[in-house]
Amino acid sequence: MKSRSMKERIIEKIANETLLFTILAIIMGLIVGAVVITISGYNPIDAYRAMIEGVFSKPKYIARTIIKSTPLILTGLSVAFAFRTGLFNIGVEGQFIIGALVATLLGYFIHLPAVIHIPIVFIGAILAAGLWGAIAGYLKARYGVHEVIATIMLNWIALYTSNYVVTRESVKMPGSESSYYIQETAQITITWLKGLIGPAKIHWGTLVAIIIAMIISYVLFKTTIGYELRAVGHNKNAAQYGGINVNRNVILAMTIAGVLGGAAGALHVMGEAYHVSVLSATEGYGFNGIAVALIGNNSPLGVVLSAFLFGGITFGGSNMQLLGIPTEVINIVIGSIVFFIAIYRVFRFITKFFASRKLQKEAK
Amino acid sequence: MKKQKSNVDLNKVVVEMKGIVKKFGDFVANDSIDLKVHKGEVHALLGENGAGKSTLMNILYGLYTQTSGAIFINEKKVDIKTPNIAIANGIGMVHQHFMLVKTFTVAENIVLGMEPTTFGSKLNMDKAIEEVKRISGKYGLHVDPQAKIEDITVGMQQRVEILKALYRGAEILILDEPTAVLTPQEIKELIQIMKNLTKQGKSIIIITHKLKEIKEAADFCTIIRRGKQIGTVDVSETDENQLAAMMVGREVSFAVDKEEKTAGEIVLNIENLVVEDNRGIGVVNGLDLSVRAGEILGIAGVDGNGQSELIEAITGLRKTKSGKISINGKEVMNKTPREIFESGICNIPEDRQKHGLVLDFTVEENMVLENYRKTPFSKGLRLMEENINKFSKELMEKFDVRPRDEKNKARALSGGNQQKVIIAREVTNDPDLLIATQPTRGLDVGAIEFVHSSLVEQRDKNKAVLLVSFELDEIMSVSDRIAVIYEGKIVGIVDAKEINENELGLMMAGGGH
Repeated sequence: MKSRSMKERIIEKIANETLLFTILAIIMGLIVGAVVITISGYNPIDAYRAMIEGVFSKPKYIARTIIKSTPLILTGLSVAFAFRTGLFNIGVEGQFIIGALVATLLGYFIHLPAVIHIPIVFIGAILAAGLWGAIAGYLKARYGVHEVIATIMLNWIALYTSNYVVTRESVKMPGSESSYYIQETAQITITWLKGLIGPAKIHWGTLVAIIIAMIISYVLFKTTIGYELRAVGHNKNAAQYGGINVNRNVILAMTIAGVLGGAAGALHVMGEAYHVSVLSATEGYGFNGIAVALIGNNSPLGVVLSAFLFGGITFGGSNMQLLGIPTEVINIVIGSIVFFIAIYRVFRFITKFFASRKLQKEAK
Repeated sequence: MKKQKSNVDLNKVVVEMKGIVKKFGDFVANDSIDLKVHKGEVHALLGENGAGKSTLMNILYGLYTQTSGAIFINEKKVDIKTPNIAIANGIGMVHQHFMLVKTFTVAENIVLGMEPTTFGSKLNMDKAIEEVKRISGKYGLHVDPQAKIEDITVGMQQRVEILKALYRGAEILILDEPTAVLTPQEIKELIQIMKNLTKQGKSIIIITHKLKEIKEAADFCTIIRRGKQIGTVDVSETDENQLAAMMVGREVSFAVDKEEKTAGEIVLNIENLVVEDNRGIGVVNGLDLSVRAGEILGIAGVDGNGQSELIEAITGLRKTKSGKISINGKEVMNKTPREIFESGICNIPEDRQKHGLVLDFTVEENMVLENYRKTPFSKGLRLMEENINKFSKELMEKFDVRPRDEKNKARALSGGNQQKVIIAREVTNDPDLLIATQPTRGLDVGAIEFVHSSLVEQRDKNKAVLLVSFELDEIMSVSDRIAVIYEGKIVGIVDAKEINENELGLMMAGGGH
């Protein structure tokens, strides 16, 4: 009895110090980054000042950071949600692409007043991406295909499907490698803010993403749907024992993850990009979502915060170019910071894992 | 029953552990424990789960290092930092879960890591087989050196483990819960083997919580409770009740209290059931069984005779090949687990951590694992947390789940308390048929008492209870009727009052009745 309380205290302590550890990890990452900057012949203090200025010095920078972070909130949520249900959704990249593509098509071809057009584009896009996610869920539930394999393949299929569709004559804007722009009635940019912050396109998508994060949090922890999904994620044997249909929940989880990934793509198109381009490789919003989920500890609130952190570091970091620091070095610095945050998570995970293992051992 | 101590040489102390303290953080797992083992002695370590027996033995075997205290082997102080040092000092350990390479032969397993060679590198298998034969002959541990591990019984595998230790020159053998996996006949053989070994001057330390075996096999017994040494007793001068009281710190009743009762209507009826395992091999082969209201039917049998698959088939976790399963006259075969649950079958699963609980859920979340969708636990899609909380608090109080913290993760509970959570949940469902598979596995005496009385209570409420257990004592003391399962068939049904352990053991091994 005594052992339990002690070990629990340790585990709790670790959990409660999440914020402290995250800050420490960021500092560690910055130190390693500073070493890299120094080696490549620049002053790290100047470089970091440029990075911070790159986020906070002008309203338009803040706006851009927020814009950069918005898709990451949703792709991060997608990965985190799947993790909570015991699935590793590497497919968020593909779901993002499908969401963006369908949003572009619906946004360009349909002509309707904004009040109807916007919801149609958004809902159409997330449903398509949801189905895309459901494919992997179905393959797993029906044939036992591992979702990592299935979603990696689906990522490539999504990419080339998108490229194929974009290069069709009716879709492709002449003289470019991209699609036509979506109608203004499908755009969700907050135009009246333009005067305040210049050309940066603040859009409603950020708010939508945060609301979705709250909904996801509610669904996961306050509803029977979330109860089932989490039960399946933690222990599918016990879930099945309790009468929960495991296969249905696997498909549902991947569908919701797909919806979230698709929402990221749709809002990206509707608020910022207005079109999709032919891509030789994926854009990385999805893969960065995996890092965001990990840093955010797979909790919806944590994901929102970590998306802003991630967006801030990447966007602010690019400002270091003004000092002549090569982008490669900048990427190494960004990578180090993320690496240290992630490695702390890994460390924490291992500690927790062993603490509970030891606990089981002792209980024997 | 007076036991002679002909094998014990009281003048020769082979193991002495003095003032052993082991701390894990603030937690004291071993609090100044002294242990003395003589040459030729069988020394039992008795204690409840988590009392610190295994910790103490892991220290002796070099898996843990003590916080303070000293170990003397043959009156010489040694620092046992690793198992290799322990082996070099003549200590061998047979773990509860065997560590054998299943696709290797017996001889290959025994010599593994210390293979006899010619020219320094060529494996000399003939010599290995010869060596195995020599050792097994010397101690009466007969094995077939050329049989593959996967083809021999659990009891044989245990012999291989013991031989492995002997081959490495063990003079002191530590056996961790050696009888947990054996049939009654195999247990008898093991006790004989232990006698042979001590006759040859070996010493044995056996970790157990089975009192009967201590009485039969051990010379001395050290009792540990919550990390503290309660005492060391001469086994011939004590009895089972006294040992039990020392172990749990209070008087314990072994007899299951139950009144005479006539069974009622048939609740569960199984006809000609055929179930295949994952490889498509028939494991339940035309089984017939019925359980009546107000009776406990025990299924006795050696592990692996189709018990697990039978229960999985009844509860809907495994598809059956053919046959009929009905509950209260209603056909339920191959329905979903939820439908079967709704028709009145509840189940205390064999593997409580795998099937019974979501370990990373809180206790209260686990309490509603089957009923979260029903009022008052949810309304539409919304979970009614207050109601779940209130319900869990009541059940934890009623079933004495400790600690009384419904927000605790199930993972953090002891095995006994985890089982209490499951029993609380299943019994509260008020099923027509309660199935319990190995419900007391790994539990200590106090918790076993609780589980048994819960089962009897269901029976007294005129419910049907189906008990599957590999523990003969449990089957015999709890059941009203006993059905013996052998190779996927019920080979006999007997009245629990009219059968003894030997007859039952024979039936379990395939002998007719």
